[in-house]
Amino acid sequence: MLSVILKRVLQLVPTVFFVSVIIFSLQHLLPGDPALIMAGEDKDPAVIAQIRAQYHLDQPLPLQYLYWIKGVLHGDLGESMRLKAPVLELVATKLPVTLQLACMAMLIALTLGVSFGVLCAVYKGRLLDSIVNVVGLVGISTPNFWLGIMLIFLFSVHLGWLPASGYVSPFEDLGQSLKTTIMPAFVLGNAIAGVLMRHTRGAMLQALASDYVRTARAKGLYEHVVVIKHAMRNALTPVITLGALEFGTLLSGAVLTEQIFTIPGFGKLIVDAVFNRDYAVVQGVVLVTATTYILLNLLADLGYILVNPRLRDE
Amino acid sequence: MRLKSSLKWLALAGGFALSLGMASAQTSMRIGLAEDPDVLDPSLARSYVGRIVFASLCDKLFDIDAKLNIVPQLALSSETSADGKEVVIKLRPNVKFHDGEPMDAEAVRFSLDRHLNMAGSFRKPELGSVAEITVVDPLTVKLALKALFSPLIAQLTDRAGMIVSPKAAKELGDKFGQKPVCAGPFKFVERVQQDRIVLEKFADYWNKDKINFDRVVFLPIADSTVRLANLRSGQLDLIERLPATDIKDVKANAKLKLTAVPSLAYSGITMNIANKEAGKTGLGLDPRVRQALNWAIDREAINQVAFNGEFTPGNQWINPSNPYYQKSFPVTGRDVKKAQDLLKAAGVKTPLTIDFMVPNNPEARQVAEIVQSMAAEAGFDMKIRLTEFATSLTQAEQGNYQAYLLNWSGRTDPDGNAYSFHACGQPLNYTGYCNKDVDALLGEARQKGSFDERKAIYEKATKILQEEGGVLYLYHVSILMAHTDRLDGYVQLPDGLIRLTGARLK
Amino acid sequence: MNDVIEMSSPSFLESPAGRAWRRLKARVPAMVGLVMIICLVVLAVFAPEIAPYDVIKQNYLLVRKAPSGAHWFGTDEVGRDILTRVIWGARASLSAGVISVGIAISIGVPLGLIAGYRGGFIDALISRFTDAMLACPFLILAIALAAFLGPSLGNAMIAIGITATPLFVRLTRGQTLAIRNEDYIEAARAVGNPVWRIALRHILPNVLPALLVQATLTIATAIIAEASLSFLGLGQQPPLPSWGSMLNVAQRFLGNAPWMAIWPGLAIFVSVISFNLLGDGLRDALDPRSR
Repeated sequence: MLSVILKRVLQLVPTVFFVSVIIFSLQHLLPGDPALIMAGEDKDPAVIAQIRAQYHLDQPLPLQYLYWIKGVLHGDLGESMRLKAPVLELVATKLPVTLQLACMAMLIALTLGVSFGVLCAVYKGRLLDSIVNVVGLVGISTPNFWLGIMLIFLFSVHLGWLPASGYVSPFEDLGQSLKTTIMPAFVLGNAIAGVLMRHTRGAMLQALASDYVRTARAKGLYEHVVVIKHAMRNALTPVITLGALEFGTLLSGAVLTEQIFTIPGFGKLIVDAVFNRDYAVVQGVVLVTATTYILLNLLADLGYILVNPRLRDE
Repeated sequence: MRLKSSLKWLALAGGFALSLGMASAQTSMRIGLAEDPDVLDPSLARSYVGRIVFASLCDKLFDIDAKLNIVPQLALSSETSADGKEVVIKLRPNVKFHDGEPMDAEAVRFSLDRHLNMAGSFRKPELGSVAEITVVDPLTVKLALKALFSPLIAQLTDRAGMIVSPKAAKELGDKFGQKPVCAGPFKFVERVQQDRIVLEKFADYWNKDKINFDRVVFLPIADSTVRLANLRSGQLDLIERLPATDIKDVKANAKLKLTAVPSLAYSGITMNIANKEAGKTGLGLDPRVRQALNWAIDREAINQVAFNGEFTPGNQWINPSNPYYQKSFPVTGRDVKKAQDLLKAAGVKTPLTIDFMVPNNPEARQVAEIVQSMAAEAGFDMKIRLTEFATSLTQAEQGNYQAYLLNWSGRTDPDGNAYSFHACGQPLNYTGYCNKDVDALLGEARQKGSFDERKAIYEKATKILQEEGGVLYLYHVSILMAHTDRLDGYVQLPDGLIRLTGARLK
Repeated sequence: MNDVIEMSSPSFLESPAGRAWRRLKARVPAMVGLVMIICLVVLAVFAPEIAPYDVIKQNYLLVRKAPSGAHWFGTDEVGRDILTRVIWGARASLSAGVISVGIAISIGVPLGLIAGYRGGFIDALISRFTDAMLACPFLILAIALAAFLGPSLGNAMIAIGITATPLFVRLTRGQTLAIRNEDYIEAARAVGNPVWRIALRHILPNVLPALLVQATLTIATAIIAEASLSFLGLGQQPPLPSWGSMLNVAQRFLGNAPWMAIWPGLAIFVSVISFNLLGDGLRDALDPRSR
């Protein structure tokens, strides 16, 4: 048991190393010289040379990688060339925004996904099942950025009910905070709700057909008690695990959505940094989100192993 | 004694009541920017949008007025010696920085020195002609120049003329941009990257009577539709860079007002003439090929289709309303026949394929598609290559393009729109064009003080460049600002900056 | 008991593919998806014949006109017919979906086979690298790759293909691991079959059903990915349209020409849901546990 966990933890090291290599090389392979962007409109050659030297851009790539990774190992993610601020500080200021958005999206996804999934399973094969199934598929098939644009058109441009952009912290003004985040959270949550719904439905069907549910029914329990107390409890474990993984993707996956709603979170930070060749920011933020994702993955796996003893000896 | 102390209490209570009264009448100005500004350090800043924030934060030695005349700001006057190698600047007395430090000759010397010598400073080239800065007395500074350079004072109306508090700059070093301390009408409160920048009124501002806002909040919102939606719903009071196609909506809305002013900027097609291999083919083959492209394009149609006719078609580095505009070279119309003849005369096989690099934004893309369609009729096959900004800079420098749709934000002095683009080997000369005569003319214009002399020199340069130069000017954007009708007394200048002095919210 | 019934039923002589097709036919949503995909393919292939107007010819008298009898979907920012451009856009989107998944399969499946079959250090290397790629944000990888390769539809396909590769590596590896030690594989090995033949003849057919399902669903994802890249200007280059690039332009005119954004978005939605419907149906039809 312990050795399995240890093995999985050790596997993290090469994975995170590869992440760092992938994101570093991709960034540096991109055409476009950050020094030229930094040099502003006038592009004085002396200024450009000075920037190259300051950020080690004139060194060979492997050496640049070592500079970066050395800093990372000492807890220093480097400095944003464009904003002249430490990457760690940027991460710290963006994290609450992205977390709030991810939590709201997850709440929407779980509420819609689980409740409709259970309903579908209970009414399997009936009209309600088909309708909800189609609606779920619609959710999965709608491009996030298009849905975002359409929501802005309807609720901000046309009706004027909700602000089309910006972000207000909940500690500053809770109502305004919800107003600014509800549309992007819905856009993000809606897609995940579809996925969760289908998984819930599948898991519930399996649970409802199982021996213990049959036993419970045989004992003469009310159907809703059977569904809620017996079937759901068992069916929800894999759904929650899946939810945790989706949560991981949300931390970095809100790229276009944040762009469209001008939410100052991780997604917008990364995209702006990619287009400005702000190497340290892209590398730092992707490293942080990817590591979080890998850790969530590990926790989900360990959870499975704990619940399912058969996997322990693998 | 007793009386004194109770008087003091009374005064305090009065002050308290006053501040309460003010708190309830807090006026906040919320401005929607098109981009997130870069670092807020006058020496290290590069972006256009950053200059908009600086206009409220950091005063400069000089400023410009609506007619592009240079007017005093932190300085009162300047005097250039007869040989042009010495400039004496008199400063405004009793000016304070946001941290209470005095703005004096020493501070000016420090700031200019910082612009010139700080690692990574972008102001170095702008002040490159300055050899030495000396303090004459607390309110007088003397600049010794290496050579006569007439655009110098114009440079001091922008970031190079911004004066920072030496105390704060020494304390913060290259982190100064995170908490800038200047002598402008508003002082820095906080900044949340990519979200907002908050400034508040500086109580000791030298011109404080004309400042009628307690707070200014800048909110970067990239999408123009969203910016306008926020203005309409009252979340913002003013937005910059309104798309020309939204003007109708703004005019139709009784609660909104529009400000439109011709700008210093230009948009044009930069053509590769001699920048590496790509310049040896296509547009670089023969001046007649470039002239053909000129005749193929209908500038007014571009203006009508893409910008609802709100911008100004142009064929020179400054717009037709600028005093330096050369009326002897007016904007020409479209003549497809002439274009075809020129291509034939140049002996090229049509359709002539041109690699057309276009910055990746919807507006540039639309203009490029219209150009592509017009040029096709004359015998050009313009292959559009949408290229994100960062890549396009590198490829332009490496000569990896044949035509490049490029905008220039414009400078107050015409030298800033001309020299670096057309003189041999200059940083912005992506075309690779090099003509000793043009070089000499543009250099001469830098050393003449009078308007008439300079204009005559520029006319000669324009004549050569119209014939064989590498930039095909297309149009000049207008500075389009939309704001709530509650905003009163707002004046827009051609540089596109937002100056709040004298304006108020009703 | 069961065996006897199976043997005497007509499906005894049925090939696996035939059985899958029979099951698929019985599923209405899947067939709806399939029919819609066929319609889209026809539109894409015969776009020049079907589309009512010229796809790139500009008309400055018809700039941003609302839908009408002559232009059902309205016109765009330089006076082109949007219906025509949506039809032509199907070319870019469908080919991007199919080709990028083709790229992902042709890289991912061999790697997955090798990793699953050989095990050991190679497996560890491939698996960790796959994990690492999956941990990086999908769109960021695709954006970076597309920017690196240069803007064009072909390069966008390659970028999406590479980014989607780990999905197929992981799937193939898992399936291979599951059957690697089955008796018939052991037998094939004992007879002295070379490794590539075992992989091709014995393992691949077993991976195929799961692969087919994954491929269909990934086409749906790839269509959205292409639209996202084109939305950011990294895909199809003007003047030819793609649905994503049409949306990119439309965003600027949302306030005064919303039809420019509605139709291309709907087109993406319809094609994505078609592939999802078909993929779902295939999953059920190919699942040995269901019937």
